[in-house]
Amino acid sequence: MSDQVGTITWISGPVVRARGSKFVGMLELVEVGDERLVGEVIGLKGDQMTVQVYEETSGMQTGAPVYGTGLPLSVELGPGLIQSIYDGVQRPLPLIEEAMGSFINRGARFDSISREKKWKYIPKVKIGDAVQGGSVLGVAMETDTFEHRVMLNPDDSGVITWVASAGDYTVTDPIAKLRMGKEEKTITMMQRWPVRRPRPFKNRRGANIPLITGQRILDTFFPVAKGGAAGIPGPFGSGKTVTQHSIAKWADAEVIVYIGCGERGNEMTEVLQEFPHLVDPRSGRPLMERTVLIANTSNMPVAAREASIYTGITIAEYYRDMGYHVALMADSTSRWAEALREVSGRLEEMPAEEGYPAYLAGRLAEFYERAGYVDNLNGTQGSVSVVGAVSPPGGDFSEPVTQHTKRFIRCFWALDKSLASARHFPAINWLDSYSEYLEDVGAWWLEKTGKDWLTMRNRAMELLSEEARLSQIVKLVGPDALPYTERMVLETSRLIREGLLQQNATDSVDAYSSVEKQIRLLELALYFHERGMAIVKRGAPIHLIHDLPVVDMFIRAKSSITNEEMHKFDELKKQIDQQMGQLDAEYRS
Amino acid sequence: MSQITVQGGQEVVGVARIEGPILVVEGAANVSYDEVVEIQDARGQLRRGRVLEVGQGFAVVQVFAGSTGLSIDGTRVRFLGGTLRIPVAEEMLGRIFDGLGSPIDGGPEPLTDVYRDVNGQPINPTARIYPRDYIQTGISTIDGVNTLLRGQKLPLFSGAGMPHDQLAAQIVRQSTLGKVAGAPPTEGEEFAIVFAAMGVKNDVAEYFRKSFTESGALTRVTMFLNLADDPPVERVVTPRAALTLAEYLAYDLDKHVLVVLTDMTNYGEALRQISNVRGEVPSRKGYPGYLYSDLASLYERTGRIRTSKGSITQIPILTMPNDDMTHPMPDLTGYITEGQIVLGRELYYAGIYPPVTVLPSLSRLMKDGIGKNRTRDDHPRWGAQLYAAYARTQDVRALASVIGEEELSDVDQKYLKFGRAFEREFVNQAFTENRTIERTLEIGWNLLSMLPKKELTRVTLDEIAQYYKGDDAAN
Ligand SMILES: Nc1ncnc2c1ncn2[C@@H]1O[C@H](COP(=O)(O)OP(=O)(O)O)[C@@H](O)[C@H]1O
Ligand SMILES: [Mg+2]
Repeated sequence: MSDQVGTITWISGPVVRARGSKFVGMLELVEVGDERLVGEVIGLKGDQMTVQVYEETSGMQTGAPVYGTGLPLSVELGPGLIQSIYDGVQRPLPLIEEAMGSFINRGARFDSISREKKWKYIPKVKIGDAVQGGSVLGVAMETDTFEHRVMLNPDDSGVITWVASAGDYTVTDPIAKLRMGKEEKTITMMQRWPVRRPRPFKNRRGANIPLITGQRILDTFFPVAKGGAAGIPGPFGSGKTVTQHSIAKWADAEVIVYIGCGERGNEMTEVLQEFPHLVDPRSGRPLMERTVLIANTSNMPVAAREASIYTGITIAEYYRDMGYHVALMADSTSRWAEALREVSGRLEEMPAEEGYPAYLAGRLAEFYERAGYVDNLNGTQGSVSVVGAVSPPGGDFSEPVTQHTKRFIRCFWALDKSLASARHFPAINWLDSYSEYLEDVGAWWLEKTGKDWLTMRNRAMELLSEEARLSQIVKLVGPDALPYTERMVLETSRLIREGLLQQNATDSVDAYSSVEKQIRLLELALYFHERGMAIVKRGAPIHLIHDLPVVDMFIRAKSSITNEEMHKFDELKKQIDQQMGQLDAEYRS
Repeated sequence: MSQITVQGGQEVVGVARIEGPILVVEGAANVSYDEVVEIQDARGQLRRGRVLEVGQGFAVVQVFAGSTGLSIDGTRVRFLGGTLRIPVAEEMLGRIFDGLGSPIDGGPEPLTDVYRDVNGQPINPTARIYPRDYIQTGISTIDGVNTLLRGQKLPLFSGAGMPHDQLAAQIVRQSTLGKVAGAPPTEGEEFAIVFAAMGVKNDVAEYFRKSFTESGALTRVTMFLNLADDPPVERVVTPRAALTLAEYLAYDLDKHVLVVLTDMTNYGEALRQISNVRGEVPSRKGYPGYLYSDLASLYERTGRIRTSKGSITQIPILTMPNDDMTHPMPDLTGYITEGQIVLGRELYYAGIYPPVTVLPSLSRLMKDGIGKNRTRDDHPRWGAQLYAAYARTQDVRALASVIGEEELSDVDQKYLKFGRAFEREFVNQAFTENRTIERTLEIGWNLLSMLPKKELTRVTLDEIAQYYKGDDAAN
């Protein structure tokens, strides 16, 4: 039980001041008011402490007590995280609903992971083993197929003095004992970790394996590496959430952490209702069995929104430490930045740009720094890839959150309002986006597909930027003024835009494109171009190429050819050969 | 003031400072954050307010009716010990209230002992039901390409002088639970309507009242009116009062509720004013940094929950200052709501009603409420095709304005014709015209049939075979 450490002197929204600064530490978790609402000490000055409160403060009074806990804001880590949905400070939403009904009330206190549920545990160490922080002590099956590796807390090390036999245990049952110096410590499957402190690892590795998302414009054109960081900025309605959902569904990661940070309730409900019924194309298991959800929606307390990002990334690091590839989505980091701004404003701190506190850039950097492909303390390798959505006011990318984010990510997927208006989805502008991982992941593609992906990809990008240049001319003088060779560039670019870049997330075939399908489409588009160019150079009018039935077939291939029907691409190629061969023959003479 | 249930509370005579609608009151102990207060001026008149900030021995109070006529010494402030609550009851349907929930139709206070906090509480995402049932509004630009679902929040983005009120009235009048295309309509799926006016002129409120009367809906409508000449600060409470009643009707009484909020821009103004008086650090255009969270606390009170059969659907109306969609009010609204219906001046001047500019309009939930077994199998692709074709029309128009229509290619000429017909036949419809979903789909296919089949890559070949009516050879 915690002791009273202070008395409230001032309240403004989520920020509270109290006397009693001597009895708490910076970033200590405290309980505020008679209802003991959870809060965190974010400032100490004179005899005053400043606390951000993770729950609604309506009705709170000055003079009410503040209780200390002596602990920093932490998450509970252990089996049971997967398939959970939490609020920003890791309170399980289903239990809140069970206890309080459909609306979230104040003062809910629940264990983050179940104390009752038993897990089938198999020890991997024996008495006398010397173990270090991160060492795998045993494994527990977290789902039918997911192996949860129970690790020693990174701060501990010692010699095993007792090991539980294989069997069913709760997260608080002892599974081992450890001698640390003179002390003997009982180890359970659960550990706590302060969310604002990155979990340690041995060292960073280069990021040169792509995170395959099944989204063609990402994988083929602007890939992010496993352990990399990507930003996806865009005005409202341009596709940030749909893209993030698509990545959460189809990315080849073993664990997904999805943070709904200050966004819609319905979107979290959609994930909750959809993921248990969608099957992971790799494991054949429901997608929910690899997913952890954090939902601190726009109408939930703003300070807990600020914490949600840290809660999520700490959970991601924990699975990375086991040797897994984890992908984390944060939708939207702008709402998190606004939470910082709101709290900062209440503290009357000196604002920098657009009212954001001066430490905004530093916080963003700290967050994206926690992405990485690493050698873990226990010798395994794992990664955390981070994809952060950015919601720039008015869709203007020159605003502070977008600009600072750009400094800390290496992959930029720029959503474009006019593409979204024309229902070109994903509305990622291929001219404004970039990936700095291209060279890094080239070798992977070569090994995986046997094809020179990078050269092809760059060639396709060349055509697209050529198209952009030519379109400017067309806008001024109409297409007829262009020579056929340039019109051919326009034809192929259309093929690439409509047949490759466009991808309908709601179409069951098109939603996910295998790597093979992606490379086949790319290759065929370029092949079409090469043959077409040869023909128009011989003087064939461009409309003959435009009117070839294979154009339509190609554009429809994304949704008519499934990932299991690669042979149909041979058929498509044959069609190109036949139809273009005919033209070629006609104009050869 | 009779509906405030909390009794007693401490009273302070005299205030330390008055600034705009804000009072600083000293000498009160144990004041709660967000507590309701009752303020009595020197003449004994009462007004209400609420606590925005509390410190040791002082409280910052926002006065809903404004501070005109209040004096430093002659003002008494009584702290009522609880947050702002309003009574809720089914019999409030058919009645008219002011912006704080007091009757202004000459009728009595609602007879009930159910009082609810106007701030509401966030819905737990696990308790929600994802919306899937579409509402047939009878308006092609909505049903066809920006379908509205029960439990959705879909604002109208408009500008001064455009017919957003007519459109909202038409939606309210015509809305029924959607059926699969071709299915016969059924009776009795009527909405309860909660209407909140913030800072609009009396003729706007009167227009809606008349429209509700004419359609015979008046008995299922509750109106909360804060008009242009009512105190601006009160506007901060008005939508909250309306939504508090809506939640009761939907989640306690299982009704389907349609909430119309107009004009949210005036609501934003009121927030900005309070924030500026308090000297808060502004973000964009002087609006407070918490504008997004504040708007979300209104818009997110939409939806369906598992423990009730009812639903809340919201249609907020915003007039965009200078028709600028990047202004903080439409911008942050668009980030929170599940799409937007955008009215445009060009169409309006061209005499098109409703002047819905299709390209920037969006219904995010549409994909989940249409298609096979909901409207018709081809609907999603048909919609994407119409959008793609109409977007292309815009490019062609731009080109035509440079090189002249005659110089356009044959296909581009067809797009030009398609675009005109789309606006005149699909977008344009009479204020009294209530189109079925199959009629809307049919008009769309007629238009698409003006284009060569080859251009229609968003729909399937089977759909072309079934619905395409054009003479492709001539194309
Ligand atoms: N890849 C896609 N396929 C199909 N529709 C999409 C795709 N991306 C976006 N959309 C459409 O755009 C709408 C808005 O996307 P959303 O992700 O909600 O935008 P944001 O999060 O940027 O506000 C969606 O409701 C959907 O209709
Ligand atoms: Mg979104």
